[in-house]
Amino acid sequence: MTAAFLILAVLTVAGGVAAMTLRRLVHCALALTVAFAGLAALYVNLGAEFAGLAQLLVYVGAIAILIVFVVLLTRGGESAPIEIFSPAALAGVAIALAVFGVLAWAVKTSSVGHSSWTGAAAGAAPQASMRAIGLALMQLYVVPLEVIALMLTAAMIGAVILALRERPLDKAGTPPVTELRVG
Amino acid sequence: MNPLAGCLLVSALLFSVGLSGALTRRSAILVLAGIELMLNAANLNFIAFWRYGPHPELLTGLIFVIFSIAVAAAEAAVGLALILAIYRHARTSDVSEITEMKG
Repeated sequence: MTAAFLILAVLTVAGGVAAMTLRRLVHCALALTVAFAGLAALYVNLGAEFAGLAQLLVYVGAIAILIVFVVLLTRGGESAPIEIFSPAALAGVAIALAVFGVLAWAVKTSSVGHSSWTGAAAGAAPQASMRAIGLALMQLYVVPLEVIALMLTAAMIGAVILALRERPLDKAGTPPVTELRVG
Repeated sequence: MNPLAGCLLVSALLFSVGLSGALTRRSAILVLAGIELMLNAANLNFIAFWRYGPHPELLTGLIFVIFSIAVAAAEAAVGLALILAIYRHARTSDVSEITEMKG
């Protein structure tokens, strides 16, 4: 485990903790962006440059901006502070700690956790060139790629329809026909 | 501790941070952010197993992460549109005040 990995891991986890504990929603969104960027750097550190770039484009470039827009549109700038000793908050934190304990125990006791374990490619990073990824996407994984394309289209149309402003009912009580103007 | 176990521990920590946020925060936006953090922790696991696993040349974990990022983008877009629609309807994005569908 290298120093770069440790620094990036601390940055990522600190960003996540800040995003989940800060009071103002805009600060939470900024801390979340730090966590996403740290994760992208972790991917690059592990040799997955393409996944790191995709993470940077999608999460830091799109999702963080989207979250900031929704924070502005909902005027929820000041979130209610967490009552740290309320039963619900204590139960949530306890459940999260229990999940972490189980996961850490599983990692420690599995064969992966032994210090003698060495992976097949523990030394050099595996080669994942853009050409290899493109060939894999276009040959072996072409059906999942098409399914993802269809799902993204459906999600885009669904998000637009959900966010359309509702018109109030007219006097007869019938909902007005939603106009879709083109051009 | 070997590198793979380090990655898995970081991922578990990130997952539990996201889980605690999704369970304790009352703003719907932050609940969604916690879910995104959990998804990202799973992605880190995929990358770590691809990097240190026996057959990295098959690119399985890497391709799965790329698809997972696409699914997460769609999920965030639809989720945030839902939060906007609920805010227009109920004038709040506090999940403990939206009780109309509570059984």
